[in-house]
Amino acid sequence: MQQLTRSVVVIGVSAGGFEALKLLLGALPADFPLPILIVQHLRSGSGSLADSLQHFCGIRLKEADEGDRIVPGIVYFAPPDYHLLVERDGTLALSVDPPVRYARPSVDVLFESAAESFGAGVIGVILTGANDDGSKGLQLIKTAGGTTIVQDPADAEVAQMPLNALNSGVADYVLPLARIAERLCTLTMGLK
Amino acid sequence: MDLQRLEEIELRLLLDGVFEAYGYDFRNYAEASLKRRLRHWLAEQGYASLSIAQGEILRDRAVFTSFLQGLTVNVSEMFRDPKFFRTLREHVLPFLRTWPFMRIWVAGCAGGEEAYSLAIVLHEGGVLRRCRIYATDINEAILDRARDGIFALRDMQNFTRNYQLAGGTTEFADYYTARYDRALMLPALRENILFTPHNLAVDADFGEMHLILCRNVLIYFNPTLKERALGLFDTALTAGGFLCLGMKETLEIRSIAANYREIAKGIRIYRKDYPD
Repeated sequence: MQQLTRSVVVIGVSAGGFEALKLLLGALPADFPLPILIVQHLRSGSGSLADSLQHFCGIRLKEADEGDRIVPGIVYFAPPDYHLLVERDGTLALSVDPPVRYARPSVDVLFESAAESFGAGVIGVILTGANDDGSKGLQLIKTAGGTTIVQDPADAEVAQMPLNALNSGVADYVLPLARIAERLCTLTMGLK
Repeated sequence: MDLQRLEEIELRLLLDGVFEAYGYDFRNYAEASLKRRLRHWLAEQGYASLSIAQGEILRDRAVFTSFLQGLTVNVSEMFRDPKFFRTLREHVLPFLRTWPFMRIWVAGCAGGEEAYSLAIVLHEGGVLRRCRIYATDINEAILDRARDGIFALRDMQNFTRNYQLAGGTTEFADYYTARYDRALMLPALRENILFTPHNLAVDADFGEMHLILCRNVLIYFNPTLKERALGLFDTALTAGGFLCLGMKETLEIRSIAANYREIAKGIRIYRKDYPD
C-alpha cells in the first residue's frame, strides 16, 4: 500500500490568480515531493482551471473529485461552487455548505481542514486577491505548527489578500511570486 | 494529552451517545465537514467544548433539535447545475414517458428546492400527474419548510436564470406568487410530492422506484455510509431506472457500479441495467 502523505501544500488565490498560478505552478518540477491543494475563487460556471493551466505546467493538475487520495506531484483544484477539504486519512472531501464570507470554495475552509488533518506538515501559501479570505486559515496553520508563505503585496497583482494575511502577523516568509516555487522546493527538499 | 486527541475522544463519545439516545447515526459521516459544522454550532451556542455540550444534548430534546439543525441543514437552490436538469429533460424524460406510473425518490431533499425543480421539469414534460415524488430528509424541521413551499423572493432571480439555462419552456414566474419578500410555489406542483422523514444512515428503503435523485448528499458520508446509501438505492431502483448523483459524485469505485451506465458523460445520471 502506498505510504500516507503527512505533508501537503495548500494555496489560496483570488483576483489575478490565473497569471500567478501559471508562473508558480509552471516553475515546479513534475516530481514535486508533496501534494498541492488549491482554492481559487472563480465565478460559478467557469471552466476547469486545471485544464486551462495544464498547458503551462510540467506538474500534473486535476480538478479534485471527492474521495481522491492525495499523492505527491499532483495539484488538486477545488471545483467551482464546492468547498474543498482534506481528511486525516489523506482523502479529499467536498461540501456544498454555505459560502464563507461570500466565498465557495473558501480558502479558510481548506486551510482549516489541512491544519486539523496534517498539523505541522502543512505549508500554506496566500497569493494575489481582493478580499481577506485565507487570513484566518493561515493563522490556524501557524498555530498547528505549519509553515506560512505570503506573496509580497507589492508584487501581487491585487495586494489586499496577501496584505490581510501579512497583517495577521503569522507569515514565516514574504516573497515575490518568482521566488515562491524555489522556496517550496527548498522547504520540501528530501521529503517524500 | 494534546487537544486534538482529546477532541477526537469527545467527538466519538458524543456521536455514540446521540445514536443511543436518539437513533440518529452520524458516526459514518465524513469527518472534516462534520467537525466544521460542530465547531460552528458550538461557537454559536456558546459551549466551550463538546464535553460540556454533550450533557445538554443528551438530556434536553430542544438542545438536541438545535444540534441536529446545526449538523444537517443544507441549503440548495432550484435547478442547481442547469446542465443536469437539461439532460434530465432531454435524455431521461423520454424513458419516463413510457411508464404508466412513476415513483421518484429525492433523497436528502433539504428545503425542497430540488423536488420543486423536478416537479416543474415533469410538469413541462406532461408526466407530473403520473408521478409520485417521495422527497425525504433526515431533518423534520426542514421538511416542514419544504412542504410550505415558501422561498426568499431575492433568490428567484438566480433560480430563474438556472431555470432558463436548464431548458425551461415557459416563464419561471408562472410557478410562484410573490408576496412581500417571499415567493410561494404553485400549490399544484406539490400535489404529487410527499415530504417525509428518512435517514439514509439507519432506515430501510421504501419500495420500487423509477428515478432516484440524491445529489450532494453522499459527499458528507464516509465510504461505509456511501455504500449503505447506494445499496438502498440499488435495492429500490427498478431495472431500466435512473440514479442521479451530484456533479462531483461518482459511482465509479462503488460496489453497485457494475450494474449501471452513465448516460451522459460527467452529468452523473446512471441507468440501471436489465438483468441478463
